[in-house]
Formats: sequence, structure tokens, C-alpha cells
Amino acid sequence: MASLRSGLRHIGAVNVKMAMAIVVAVLIFGSLAFHFLTPWYFTPIASNWASIDTAVDITFWVTGAVFVAINLFMVYALVRYSHRRGGKASYEPENAKLERRLTFWTAIGIATLLAPGLYAWDQFVTIPDNATVLEAVGQQWAWSFRLPGKDGVLGTTDIQYVSDDNPFGINPSDPYGKDDVLVSDNVVHIPVGKPIKMVLRSKDVLHDFYVPEFRARMNLVPGLVTYFWFTPTKVGTYDILCAQLCGIGHYTMRGTVIVDDQKTFDAWLKTQPTFASAAGAAQASNSRGLPAAKVKLAENRN
Amino acid sequence: MAYATLAEDLKELHHPKTWVGKYVWSQDHKVIAVQYMMTAIAIGVVALVLSDLMRLQIGFPGSIGLTPEKYYQFITIHGMIMVIYLLTALLLGGFGNFLIPLMLGARDMVFPFVNMLSYWVYLLSVLVLVASFFVTGGPTGAGWTLYPPQAILPGTPGRDWGIILMLASLAIFIVAFTMGGLNYVTTVLQARTRGMTLMRMPLSVWGIFVATILALLAFPALFVASVMMMLDRLLGTSFFMPELVSQGQHLGYNGGSPILFQHLFWFFGHPEVYIVALPAFGIVSDLLSTHARKNIFGYRMMVWAIVIIGGLSFAVWAHHMYVSGMNPYFGFFFATSTLIIAVPTAIKVYNWVLTLWRGNIHFTVPMLFAIGFIFTFINGGLTGLFLGNVSVDVPLSGTYFVVAHFHMVMGVSPILVIFGAIYHWYPKITGKMWNETLGKVHFWFTFIGTYLIYFPMHYLGLLGMPRRYFEYGHTGFIPDSAHMLNAFITVIALVVGASQLIFFYNMIYSFFYGDKAPGNPWRATTLEWQTPTTPAPHGNWGPKLPVVYRWAYDYSVPGAPEDFIPQNVPAQGTDRHHKT
Repeated sequence: MASLRSGLRHIGAVNVKMAMAIVVAVLIFGSLAFHFLTPWYFTPIASNWASIDTAVDITFWVTGAVFVAINLFMVYALVRYSHRRGGKASYEPENAKLERRLTFWTAIGIATLLAPGLYAWDQFVTIPDNATVLEAVGQQWAWSFRLPGKDGVLGTTDIQYVSDDNPFGINPSDPYGKDDVLVSDNVVHIPVGKPIKMVLRSKDVLHDFYVPEFRARMNLVPGLVTYFWFTPTKVGTYDILCAQLCGIGHYTMRGTVIVDDQKTFDAWLKTQPTFASAAGAAQASNSRGLPAAKVKLAENRN
Repeated sequence: MAYATLAEDLKELHHPKTWVGKYVWSQDHKVIAVQYMMTAIAIGVVALVLSDLMRLQIGFPGSIGLTPEKYYQFITIHGMIMVIYLLTALLLGGFGNFLIPLMLGARDMVFPFVNMLSYWVYLLSVLVLVASFFVTGGPTGAGWTLYPPQAILPGTPGRDWGIILMLASLAIFIVAFTMGGLNYVTTVLQARTRGMTLMRMPLSVWGIFVATILALLAFPALFVASVMMMLDRLLGTSFFMPELVSQGQHLGYNGGSPILFQHLFWFFGHPEVYIVALPAFGIVSDLLSTHARKNIFGYRMMVWAIVIIGGLSFAVWAHHMYVSGMNPYFGFFFATSTLIIAVPTAIKVYNWVLTLWRGNIHFTVPMLFAIGFIFTFINGGLTGLFLGNVSVDVPLSGTYFVVAHFHMVMGVSPILVIFGAIYHWYPKITGKMWNETLGKVHFWFTFIGTYLIYFPMHYLGLLGMPRRYFEYGHTGFIPDSAHMLNAFITVIALVVGASQLIFFYNMIYSFFYGDKAPGNPWRATTLEWQTPTTPAPHGNWGPKLPVVYRWAYDYSVPGAPEDFIPQNVPAQGTDRHHKT
């Protein structure tokens, strides 16, 4: 036992410096190899947000280069300056010139990252004028959707109107709400190639409308109407996942968005019920054009 | 003399006479430090076990019969313990208590009684947290960020009692921390021994000092957020609660803002990252310098980097909220401020590596952990440049990329420093030496294992896997191979978790049967290694306080007989001039 222990200690003392250098080197190159060979990476993009992917790519190249450079320098230092009998460290408290240079080049690197990031963000916060509106409504643990009808305007809503008969909480006296198209089954269709402004509402807690292939996303916040925009570029079927913890059923809060060509989309749209048809003709006829409703509409239109 | 400073050392210490006075109701900063450390590590083990249980569910769904309730409770309590009750308490309450008076040549903290209270109130906060496992409904499952409205609504586990105990425990913790924190700041400012100027303090003390100031300014935001949420939950106020329909019921809330909570939480939460990181930065600087036998490179720059990072950390909080629904124009400001903070942070990294450069590196166990920290921190710091950069964050927010990033940068990195620090100061704390082979084995398992866990995890996030999912079910974009990677990560996590037993065995065995440690085993310059006896006695210094003549980094001074000159050694002919 004693000889085993001293043997282990001997091996440890001789090899630990090389082991440390080798392990760090293997981790550096292993990380690089993993990055280039990984089967797990961004899903193929299906929206206009290539500028986000570009910013991510630039960030990978810059940070990857820094990762390799600093760590390889460290590996060199570990091998070259490991303790030797009679060896001594140099005495150099600081080197102001070197530190200034490093600061300068780091700042350049940071600016290189920040520029494409802010450029993409500027696009992100600028909603195109021709964007069509699609509202997603979240509740524990389901999605539903609303599209403006022929008038092109969503009716106003209020949480106080929410009931079994009016799950979207649409203001029954707002004329703009009558023709709103209601999609209550977690599956929504959108037309390809047209910018869409997603308007988001939650009835209860925070949620997040997340479709990995679209890149863009936003939280749903009760009490607020939030929004973001994207243009779907590829016909196909995509998962919607809630990506903001919303209670025990969070992981079951799924939906589907189907990107159609215009014709298919139009055909689908025709089959969907409107608020008026769903709520019944009785409420549909009274209260045309109340001034109060219009004021509220202007606030809520986004 | 017109007035007496604390360094005049006129106050008499009252030495306790009983065992209870020495080790239980102790006012000795070193005993309080050990109490903090033991409690933090004990509750940390609970969080470690919870993480392995949740990893089993992620890697092998259904394998241990976890329900979604339990899963969400485990992730919540795991995160909360690790960030607050382990890392904050261990670095500030533990190392802060142990190192500040010893490194500065003080006899104790300035307010020893308040210091003692701080520990016992901290213990109470831990007990209240643990109690939530035993109440109806169990602990809260709201996620460690406790975002309302869901945190206090039905539909979230622990809504009945768990969330109340969680908020109460946080408030108690903050009371405890404030008592300790005022002590640390006052001691640093008032009780340094003669000659110990601020710019001669070891970087460990600088890191702890600035982190404590951050904590004193940041924790109040969490405190008010906790109190307000408690009122929303118990009295039906609406600080964070808008009008809403919860599971078909119209509740009486109206007019509150869930986003207000997020601002308060992250106004605390981002400085919290640096409350953990700055002490680790400081400590690792001292480990690298001591074991490389070389002065820390660019000491003044290192001090200013700590101060600047601390200041900037209060201007970046909303980078946690880019997709929260806050005003999107905030994104421009917070992305810029966040990326600016990378500059002083990068300088620290350069200076650590430049400390190794042309050094005389001894590959001791503390040094291995310090080197492991540099590698891990570079990785975790660089992925922060993805998440801080607003539009780059958009596709990654809320995915496993975030989980991987913050575990790498504020989980693994500070933990590696903490292990290095424990190995480094254990001989001074206990007077015993640990087993080196076991220490190295522990290091390899921990360093390589954690990298294997968190590096590939980033790519699950890039793929688009959201975090906080009990199971993934069927999706169109997650291939089976991603689930296999999750199983792999779980296996490694179990191995790393189990390998911590080596550490505990080594520490406990060595305490009873380890070789007696010399007073200054690492031949270090700082004052804690110059105490008259080891472990240091109550009052630390015997009859006379040490006097400081030099900075903390006189290693390998040319012409000096030894490769280190302690801070309390008077000037010699060999001294080199340097700016401090």
C-alpha cells in the first residue's frame, strides 16, 4: 500500500505539468473539432433574419480566435515556465505599454462584435409598414391566434371580457372585432414571403413565442401587448414552443405554424370562424362605431 | 496623539473560556468563517444531489419516476441554493470572514458580535429554505428567477407554502448578509494594520471588498421585490400582478407589472454575478501568483479592473430581458454597456496568463484548479459575448445555450476557484495537510468532467432546445442524437457528482489523520501565512500586530535570498522600486 502510494505520487509529480498542458491543448482542439463536426447546430433558417445568423457567425469567429489564442499561449507558458530545479521567475510588476495595447485591441474586437449585433437589432425594432398582423394569445398551456378580418384591423380586447364564450376577450361593442378570424386549436397558417407583425397577448402568466427556425421571438406578458416581426421565407411546418417557464405544464405548451403559399393560405383562411360567426348574430348587430371604442382601438393597434 | 486608530491595537479581546463560546457562539472571524463554509457546503450538497436527479430526468426521461412538480421544484431550489446560499455565502461569509482580518493584519472583524449574528441569521435562512421541502405542496417550482405572475398562481408547484417560505428565506438571508457585509467593508476601511495601504492589499481582499459593496447595493432590490411579491401573494396587492384570468378564474389583481419585478430582480441579479465572480477573480490572482512564484502581472490594472467591473455591473442588468417585452430600444444601450464590461474582464484574463508567463510554475493542487479556472472562465466569458449582444441573444435566449453559459461562467469557474482556495488555505485553517494524490484525482474529475458537461450543452441551445422542459416529446427539429447527447451529459454529471466524495474524504480524513502542516507551506508573502501559530489563535497575532512594509507580490525578487519576501519583512538592499 505504501509503495503504491509513493509510486502514484512519483507519477503525479513527474507528469502533472505535461498532463495539464496536454489536457488543455486537447480541450482546445477538441472544442474546435466539435464545433466544426457537430450535428447539433442552428436549424435551417426559415425567415428573413439571416442578419442574426450573420451576427452569430461573426461572434463565433472572433470569440473562437480569442479562445484558441489565449489558451494556446497559456499552454505554451505552462510547458515553458514550469518549475525547474534552480529556476526562477522573472520580476516584472507591470508593463504599461503591453497592457495599453491589449486594451486597445480588445476594444476593437468588442466593436467588431457589437456593430453587426446592433445593426440586426435596428432591423428588429423597425416594423415594416406593409407587415400584416397576426395575434398569438397564450394561456396555461395552450396557444390560440387571431387575424384581422377584411377591415385589416384587430378589434380591441380587454381581459375583463374573457369568458368561455369569448376566450379572446374581444370587446363585444367594437365593430372592428366582428370580422376578426379566430384560430383556437394551436395550429396557425401564415403566407410565405410577407412580413408579419406578431402581436402577443397573455391571459395569465409570462409565455414566449419561440419558433427556432424563425430566430425572432418575444415574451407574452399579461397586462401588455408585445410584438416582433419576421418574414417567413420557406413553406413548411414548424413547432411553436413556449420558452418562458409558465407553470407545471410549460413543456406541453406547443403549437404549430404552417407556412403556406398564398393560395393555400387564402383557402385555409376562408374556413376559419370569425368572432361574429362564433359569438352568434345576436351581439353582432348593435353598437356600430362607438367613439369610445375607437379611442381605445388607437391605443391598442400597435 | 489626538486619536487612536484601530491599528493602535488598544482594544482588549475577551477570550472565550468554554467550548461553546469558542466553537458555537463564537465571535472569532475564523470560526465564523468555518461555520459559514460548512453550512454553505452542506446545503450545496443538497443542490448537487437535486441537479443529478433532474439530470436523470433529462437524460433518461421517466427513469426515476420524477413528476413534473418535483422536476420544477428541483430546478428551482437547485438554482437558488447554488447562487445565493452556496456561492454568495461561501465566498463572502466564508472566505471574506477568514481572509479579510488575516490578510490585513487585524485582530478580528470590527464588529465581532454582529459578525456572529450574521452567521446565525444566515443559518436560519437556510433552515427556512429547507423547511419548504416539508410543507404542504413542497417548495416552489417557479424557477430560480421566481417570475410573477406564475410564481404565486395555481399551476405552479409550491404555490401554497413553498413560495412564501422562499421569499421569507431570501429576506432573512439579506438581513444576514447586510450584517456581515457592513463588517467586511468597515474592517477593510478601518482595521488595516500599519503600512497596509489600500494599494498594498492582496487582490483577494480587493475582490471581496468590491463584491461586498456591490452586494450591499444590489440585495436591497431583491429585498423589496421579495416583500412586494409576498404582499401580492398574501394580501392580494398588485405590485407585479396585472388583471388576469388564471385557469378560467378572474382574479382580483389589477394594474401591476410583471416586468417591474424583472427589473428589480436583475438589478440585483446581474451584480450578483459579479458578487460571486469578483472574490473568485481576486482569490485566483493570489493562487496564480503564489504558485507561479511571480508577482501578479499588472497589479494596479487588476485593482482598477475590479472596481470598474463592479461599477459597470449596475448598468447592464436588462441584458437578461432583451425578449421580455420591455421597451425594445433599451436593447441598444444594454448591449453596448454589456460588451464594454468585457474589456476590463479581458484584461484580467490577460494578466492571469501573463502571470504564468516567465513564471516558475509549481503544479500544486491549488494551481491546477487556478489554471482550470482560467480555461473555463475564458470559455464562459466568451459565450457571454453572444448573449450580451442583443440580436445574437434573440435566438439563444431561454435555451440550453444560456444554461451552458452561466454554469460555465458562474457555476464551474467560481467553484474551481473555491476548491483551489480550500486546498490552498486548508493548512492554515486546520493546521493539517491533505493528500496530494487525492487532490489531483479530484481536480481531473471535476475539471474535465464539468467541461464535458457544459461545452456540448451550448450546441443543444443552438439547435433550439428550450430550458426548463420536463420532457421534449415529439418535435420536428430535435433529432434522437440530441437526446443521446443529453444522456451522455447526465452520465458525466453523475460521475462528477460522485467524484466530489473524493474531496470530502480527503478533507475529513486529513483533518484527523493528515500530516501536520507548516505555518507557510506555500512560501507565500501575504500576512495570513505569517501568524505566530497555525491555526492562528484568537486575536491572530499574539502580543503585537504585524507591520507591513511592501506589497503582497514580492516573489522572485532579484538578489533576494529566497523567492518570496513576506509583506511584514522590512525593506532590504535588494528591494526593487515599483508603483503601488
